[in-house]
Amino acid sequence: MSKTTTETLNAIEMKNITKIFGNFKANDDINITLKKGEILALLGENGAGKSTLMNILSGLLQPTSGQILLNGKLTNIDSPATASKLGIGMVHQHFMLIDDFTVEENISLGYENTKHFFLDKNKTEQEIKQISEQYGLGIDLKQKVADITVGMQQRVEILKVLYRGADILILDEPTAVLTPQEIDELIEIMHGLTKEGKSIILITHKLDEIRKIADRVTVIRRGKTIDTFSTKGVSNKELAQLMVGREVSFKTKKPESLPTKTVLSIRNLIVENKQGIQSVNDVDLDVLAGEVVGIAGIDGNGQSELIQAILGLTKIKSGTIEILDNDVTNKNVKDIIQQAGNIVGQVPEDRQKEGLVLDMNIAENIILKTYNRYPNSSKGILNYKNINSHARDLITEFDIRTTNEQNKVKSLSGGNQQKVIIAREIDQNPELLIISNPTRGLDVGAIEYIHQRIIEQRTSGKAVLLVSFELDEIMNLSDRIAVMHAGKIQGIVNAKSTNEEQLGLLMAGVSNGGENE
Amino acid sequence: MNNKLDKFFVPILSVIFGLLIGALIIALIGYNPILGYQSMLNSSLGNSLSIGETLRTATPLILTALGFAVANYVGLFNIGLSGQALAGWVGSIWFALVFDGLPKIILLPGSILAGILACALIGIIPGILKVFFNTSEVITTIMMNYILLFVSTHITHNIWPKSFMQGTDSTKIISNNASLRTEWLTNLTGGSRLNLGFLLALIFIILIYVLIKYTTLGFEIKTIGLNPIAAKYSGISLKKTIVSAMAISGGLAGLAGATEGLGTFQNFFIQSQSLGIGFDGMAVALLGSGSPIGIFISALLFAVLKNGAPGMNLAGIPPEIVNVIIAIIIFFVGAKYLIKYFITVEPKKEVKGEENK
Repeated sequence: MSKTTTETLNAIEMKNITKIFGNFKANDDINITLKKGEILALLGENGAGKSTLMNILSGLLQPTSGQILLNGKLTNIDSPATASKLGIGMVHQHFMLIDDFTVEENISLGYENTKHFFLDKNKTEQEIKQISEQYGLGIDLKQKVADITVGMQQRVEILKVLYRGADILILDEPTAVLTPQEIDELIEIMHGLTKEGKSIILITHKLDEIRKIADRVTVIRRGKTIDTFSTKGVSNKELAQLMVGREVSFKTKKPESLPTKTVLSIRNLIVENKQGIQSVNDVDLDVLAGEVVGIAGIDGNGQSELIQAILGLTKIKSGTIEILDNDVTNKNVKDIIQQAGNIVGQVPEDRQKEGLVLDMNIAENIILKTYNRYPNSSKGILNYKNINSHARDLITEFDIRTTNEQNKVKSLSGGNQQKVIIAREIDQNPELLIISNPTRGLDVGAIEYIHQRIIEQRTSGKAVLLVSFELDEIMNLSDRIAVMHAGKIQGIVNAKSTNEEQLGLLMAGVSNGGENE
Repeated sequence: MNNKLDKFFVPILSVIFGLLIGALIIALIGYNPILGYQSMLNSSLGNSLSIGETLRTATPLILTALGFAVANYVGLFNIGLSGQALAGWVGSIWFALVFDGLPKIILLPGSILAGILACALIGIIPGILKVFFNTSEVITTIMMNYILLFVSTHITHNIWPKSFMQGTDSTKIISNNASLRTEWLTNLTGGSRLNLGFLLALIFIILIYVLIKYTTLGFEIKTIGLNPIAAKYSGISLKKTIVSAMAISGGLAGLAGATEGLGTFQNFFIQSQSLGIGFDGMAVALLGSGSPIGIFISALLFAVLKNGAPGMNLAGIPPEIVNVIIAIIIFFVGAKYLIKYFITVEPKKEVKGEENK
């Protein structure tokens, strides 16, 4: 038949894929086509079915019905090992690397060359080097993974799947942890790969990147394919609308900021980590009532330690921290966050580890900081009637999607888990709200909502300190932006007059970037 | 659904499996299992005397199991219940002998409190080591079992005055004013050793239930047990709460020891090895899924099995078979994933789907 000629141009065709868990359709008759040598973006909200679909392609799950055609041939991918053999490789969002192994060891892990029962490291090294050079990855094979940057680690992951002979690469949210410069380099690498005949499926929620990187995009919503089209001439607005199914605003509307009194004041703050290295190095920072101060920076440049120091979660070596003129330096957490009616609210970096008790229900998570106060309890006895009814109020107010307040938090989606935390913290009406990566891993709908809530706080005269690895988020929400690099504040810039390039330079430690304050 | 499965079906199925496999073993070694179980039940529940003794056996098991459960709620493994119970026994008898002449209304509560406090303090030690030095409580509590065992021997041999003693290895019988035994319970159960300790155990079941479910301390304990990092971020004091939970845990074990001393035995005598009630209590807590009501039921079951052993013997079956059955039950509780696998092969996927929504 004539179709052979046209269809062999397709690296992958997933036809009418349906995957049913119990009575829930995760994938409902999905069709995607990946052409040879192209980058196809897969766009969809959390829980839209992208991961399920990719898990089917990489052999982790079996479809309930539907067909997969690899290079035009009907194929049964019954395990991850089969997928690997067929040349399908996945780069996961969370790297699967062993920190104490070298790059080379990580790459060859499980695929070692042997000679007379011994490892043949020379041969392995040559093979890896050859691939690395071919695609211009520029990786030092002898370094330990722990010692290289996150961007490099990601290249190691890419090299790993290439070493295993992948022709089709699936990249899951590859830019989440990179700086703008690193993102550009990654894009170059991806284009290099496609030039060499590789095909790439890119999973992401970031609309800008889709337009920059991908040739075509397939939008999935609630388990169904909505549309597939070329990325040329598409706007972010159109993409977002297709993904969510309604209109989305990106720029959070915010009135002029009218900062008043100083709420948080940090002077000469030094925090040392266990190895004696100064993870926060002589930081001065003020946050005023009525403004959002964003802290930009690459993960691991002292942002977490700074926040922990403010909250009393880590010891301060020297310097002072004042909240509303009260010295809170080296006070304990309880005194800081629970003083005088919860002056400080916090949305922690890792919502599941630090912010929530997953095995407790929503109501219990909502009282995590106020359980010992009226009306939640009196004289040491909890009042569940008040606790539950208040939780029900917050569920409505903050649009937490769940059937009732007795559901365990672990049964909620990421966005709704984050809403539980936001509800808990904002409900206390704190003077200072400290927020770390509030929208990591969330879809645009949830992001839009959470951003609005943060701006509401700021506009009502509260001080907000926002740490985020997402530059867009920082630029969208902040009034002033402090950029951290290697424990120092590299510069503080006005959010209105700065741009990504300037921030990127500051994040990379170039000090002359921030002269406009 | 999943939770109910854990708490309810797994223990029940474990018991059923334990009894079935026990029956199989009895049959394999050439006896009649039905006869064996009949005679076991007869021995532990056959008349008012045996029922009384079975409830008496359950008493310290309920208390040590509650102690284990409280430590477990905060995320710790208190293996030291045995030594703590021993200390409670010694402490309560000591008080009873020293203040021999006091009226019952002071002497009995005093002796009980002495037992509880001695062990609350002892329970605090591993708690403090844990929170300040991050020492594994498993190791410290196991080691303290030995320390307390030999200290109790030392006290009996070298510290207590001759006037306390009756021979070299046991103390005098305590005065009536310090005894937990009461005439009505003794008469009601045909002269068994059942005593007020059983009622205390029932009261503490309720108290611990209220503690865990309705108090702020219980909330702190649960939160730390489920996610210590989130607890820390919320301003809950890990140090204070963990030490408190260990004090309560130790105190409950101490009370178990006190009921043995003031109720069952009426004196203290040298122990050659760690008290069984400590280790059986852990098993009871596991079988009872840590819930006070579950603990009550499983303590009763354990007591029935243990007091039924002589009955097995009467039927000609080696009484050790009872320990085998207990071991099998605990094995299945521990291997709950195995049981869950058998009863949830189909619904398993559904749960996953719900999460995806």
